Amino acid sequence: MTQLALVIDLNVCVGCHACVTSCKQWNTSGPAGPMFDDNPFSKDPTGTFFNRVQTYEVGEFPTTETVHFPKSCLHCEDAPCVPVCPTGASHKRAEDGIVLVDYDKCIGCKYCSWACPYGARELDEYQKVMKKCTLCVDRIYDEVLPESERKPACVLACPTSARLFGDVHNPDSEVSVAIREQGGYQLMPEWGTKPANHYLPRRKTRKTIHEDELVRSDNPLKKEDIRHETSKEVTLDDWLM
Amino acid sequence: MSDKAKSATEGRTEVKNTTCYMCACRCGIRVTTRGGEVRYIQGNPDHPLNKGVICAKGSSGIMKQYSPARLTRPLKRKPGTDRGDAQFEPISWDEAYGILEERLAHIRETDPKKFALFTGRDQMQALTGLFAKNFGTPNYAAHGGFCSVNMAAGMIYTIGGSFWEFGGPDLDRAKLFVMIGTAEDHHSNPMKMALSKFKRNGGRFISVNPVRTGYSAIADEWVPIKPGTDGALMLALTHEIIKTGLYDREFLIQYSNAAELVNLNEESPEHGMFVRFEVPPEEGCFDPQNKLWWDRELNKPISTHTPGADPYLLGDFRLSDGTPVKPSFQLLKERVEEYTPEWAADITGIPAETIRRLAHEMGITARDEKIELPIAWTDTWGNEHKSVTGNPVAFHAMRGLAAHSNGFHTIRAMSILMSILGTIDRPGGFRHKAPFPRPIPPCPKTPRGPEDVRAGEPLNGMPLGWPADPDDLFVDDKGQPVRIDKAFSWEHPLSVHGLMHNVITNAWRGDPYSIDTLLIFMSNMSWNSSMNTDKVRKMLNDKDENGEYKIPFLIVADAFQSEMVAYADLVLPDTSYLERHDVMSMLDRPISEFEGPVDSVRIPVVPPKGECKPFQEVLIELGSRLKLPPFTHEDGSRKFRDYPDFITNFETAPGSGIGFLAGWRGKGGEKSIRGEPNPNQWEMYAKNNCVFQHELPKSYQYMRNWNQGYLQWAQEHGMTRYAEPINVHIYSEVLQKFRLAAQGKTQGKQPPDNLRRRIDLFFDPLPFYFEPLESQLSDKQAYPLNAITQRPMAMYHSWDSQNAWLRQIHTYNFLHLHPKTAEAAGIQDGGWMWVESMHGQVRCMARYSEAVEPGTVWTWNAIGKAAGAWNLDAKANEAQQGFLLNHVIAEELPAHDAGKHLSNSDPVTGQAGWYDVRVRVYPAGPDEEQVSWPQFKPMPQVPGTGERRPWLNYFAGMFEKKSG
Repeated sequence: MTQLALVIDLNVCVGCHACVTSCKQWNTSGPAGPMFDDNPFSKDPTGTFFNRVQTYEVGEFPTTETVHFPKSCLHCEDAPCVPVCPTGASHKRAEDGIVLVDYDKCIGCKYCSWACPYGARELDEYQKVMKKCTLCVDRIYDEVLPESERKPACVLACPTSARLFGDVHNPDSEVSVAIREQGGYQLMPEWGTKPANHYLPRRKTRKTIHEDELVRSDNPLKKEDIRHETSKEVTLDDWLM
Repeated sequence: MSDKAKSATEGRTEVKNTTCYMCACRCGIRVTTRGGEVRYIQGNPDHPLNKGVICAKGSSGIMKQYSPARLTRPLKRKPGTDRGDAQFEPISWDEAYGILEERLAHIRETDPKKFALFTGRDQMQALTGLFAKNFGTPNYAAHGGFCSVNMAAGMIYTIGGSFWEFGGPDLDRAKLFVMIGTAEDHHSNPMKMALSKFKRNGGRFISVNPVRTGYSAIADEWVPIKPGTDGALMLALTHEIIKTGLYDREFLIQYSNAAELVNLNEESPEHGMFVRFEVPPEEGCFDPQNKLWWDRELNKPISTHTPGADPYLLGDFRLSDGTPVKPSFQLLKERVEEYTPEWAADITGIPAETIRRLAHEMGITARDEKIELPIAWTDTWGNEHKSVTGNPVAFHAMRGLAAHSNGFHTIRAMSILMSILGTIDRPGGFRHKAPFPRPIPPCPKTPRGPEDVRAGEPLNGMPLGWPADPDDLFVDDKGQPVRIDKAFSWEHPLSVHGLMHNVITNAWRGDPYSIDTLLIFMSNMSWNSSMNTDKVRKMLNDKDENGEYKIPFLIVADAFQSEMVAYADLVLPDTSYLERHDVMSMLDRPISEFEGPVDSVRIPVVPPKGECKPFQEVLIELGSRLKLPPFTHEDGSRKFRDYPDFITNFETAPGSGIGFLAGWRGKGGEKSIRGEPNPNQWEMYAKNNCVFQHELPKSYQYMRNWNQGYLQWAQEHGMTRYAEPINVHIYSEVLQKFRLAAQGKTQGKQPPDNLRRRIDLFFDPLPFYFEPLESQLSDKQAYPLNAITQRPMAMYHSWDSQNAWLRQIHTYNFLHLHPKTAEAAGIQDGGWMWVESMHGQVRCMARYSEAVEPGTVWTWNAIGKAAGAWNLDAKANEAQQGFLLNHVIAEELPAHDAGKHLSNSDPVTGQAGWYDVRVRVYPAGPDEEQVSWPQFKPMPQVPGTGERRPWLNYFAGMFEKKSG
């Protein structure tokens, strides 16, 4: 069974928000749109985004880490938002594991957003329906698009290619290999939601300096020490016949 | 999907390629429109710069296109209203052109310097500069003086190229990458792409920055540093690398002036100059190879690059005539003697052990992880090389180094560090982008005196240039400036990008003279682009005793209702980037890659909104009406129909075959770089992703300063005048020439007496560390902290607060400070506080951060807005909670011995010292209003701007029909 998902590499994410607005522009004019913006030009603007980047600090100066953390619907394998939906609007597709909301059935009761432990759902304040990431279901199967572009908009946009997309149930997929080899992890696995999206942790590259690397016979300074000056002192040369 | 949505999606869909302009990176974009509205902007996968990716700004281009802040009609200030009130009446373009033509024609016929043209983003300089030169005014520059001219000048005067548009780190092959003083842009997408690839390939990334945000977040090591002290770090690293012998001796000897002998006879007029075996006549951009080494075998001087010669880099020698000489590397070694890691630790806040380790990491990586590529090439001395080698240590730096008054010497020090590691135009190090490298300094020169500015005539010289010695300065016979910004004068001799940040103050004061008309294109000089903003706003509105404005006529060309628009007498509405033709030209700042020249174009994707006209068209029209030579036939008739026609047919000289675009030249588009105009050139660009890329042969892609094949190719294709080697200036004779003048040892131009000491001090041929000028003149006990700004990745300067999506990411800004710093001052996290310098104060909100060096406070640049500007509601968070740090930064230094009104800038280049300001912080009182301060009278909506909708439901193809 296929389970499509995003794997987000925190080791290279620079927090640029490209995924945030590429998602918005693709989806607002598509089947999941429009995506409402309230007070767009006045106090306290707020709007619907399927994907947001949070930035936070870990540790204390000077060993502080600044972590950029993109977050969207994790397409849980055991999605708590689905069983709580009274109308069946919230559903998980059998064929690819994408969790979707059928807007025509949604009554905006917000049960799903209370059930979601990740805060991934957004109520569209205009249409009063619950919205969320669709993994760009309208792109990934669209045969009009070149195959290289049948990916979520955020994945195409990401300048650091921090967002990988694929089937986490296929052990040979790029995403499964990345999870396996690079310590991919799920958010709050203790909730038993089995989020399909994974994150790859920060990794550090260090350099070890060996002492002998600083002491070398070919040190260029040695070339500067030799001087072609004639010694005025008496040498063995003056004595030996 | 609703039926309405369905019918919209069935609307006409079109896809066009063009070039982004949501920031200055100029990525290729593919724009899908539906029913005439922008549906989707994606990165063009076939574009060499961004290869399909796009950033947060690029994806939000839609909201820029439909922003209610768009200006759509020419506007004239209502009679009887003040500047700043923003009371306008719409006029026709005919009337606007009439006003411009009459006023400018009169100025040109009487005194052309009374017209000043200053522009914001400077990627249109080839055209704006051409206009200014042919108008005859010396008063022209783009924004480089307040952006990053130190980076350009410091590097170009040292290695013949610089970061960003003209060169950058080769992260494909580097093993160690050191990024210094770079926030999140310059480059934007290409840097992000390269960083990610670099990290995934196992490279080690070190970020030196007072703040850990953006790119620094993913660094393997963050090295926090006190602002303005990077020079001390660079010099201490150099000290340690020389001391341990970790420098690339071979590279320094062959490719720099490190082994060249300097005359140390203090009595000689040639003191501090290289010894030459003859002195041929020299042009400013020609570096004759007639200098000497001291050969180790022969133990005597020998002509540099004599085959088989092996010179000393260190030592103390005497020529046969008794002249004492030393190789310049010896002088560098002596210079950095006192710059120990311990010395730098106190200044930078970086432990000496860390500095020493960084030096060792750099040196050992450079030496032991050498790259050898099997690429044969020939150097300019005729030596054939079987391979190209590289030392894989790469650097990148930007405004954190540049925007200090000591930035030029800091950047010289960094360039020298890069050079002693042997990393210039080699794999894994720094690599040039065409048309660089250029001679040190490049050839263009400004006029030299007031006689070069003549009524009714073009300027006799370029409006901006690269002085090679004091005689190249643009000063009168008393050594006083000819330009309104005092660029190329003794105050800032190498101000190669001008000093836009002093134009308004100087023009207001009438120092060096008053002007009549100031035309500002795309720069927010009454807000975030000015220092001392509050007072500059008053100057713009200030009148003389006759009730006339001190700056009599102010024209603003912009696409948006910015703070600057409020002060205009005449407003010219520019188009958006999706509505116009444009070129990223080889004559300007192209988008070249390491592998060869690249240029690109914009073509309109949607029609201009309202009566907007591209500023390019305005210049062509004015140039034609004023009968400026390049735009006019000999009989005075108009030469070019419009801007696209100008781009197609303009040549740098009749028959030169060089024009704005390098691709598809020749009658049928069969030639590139050089060739006669091609009437179908635009169509050919349009068919080819709007981009032209010329990939050089591999053997021309490295070592270009000394690569015979490349330099000959560059000469043939008009990129450089000489095919001579461009040796790295470890020791700068150019600077020494100015110092000799200041010491009264030369026959040529002499500095005025008040500036002699300053020139003598700062025109040191070797880099040195000094505390930023503002700090030297500040009470550091009263103002113990440094205050800096950074640019967020999702915004570009002030451009994006009108953008409905981007302003949801950055709605207002905090002052970020370390909890200990805040607590010591009694400031609470999220609380209201004051930040105060000796120049002014600002009320803002505090945000605690562990990711900032405790002696530094910082904020995002240009998020704060004046109430009502950018057509935001006066109560918008940007104006109520957001703030502008510029109010505490002065455009002039306090009066001191060198002058009363000297610019707050680098004394060598005139780079604005934004980050030199010293501040103190304290909490706001409990009874104070919880809004940022200062506040300004709200700017009203100007005629022609759009309705501020209370809500949006953007859906391309039906947007204009269906939003609140």
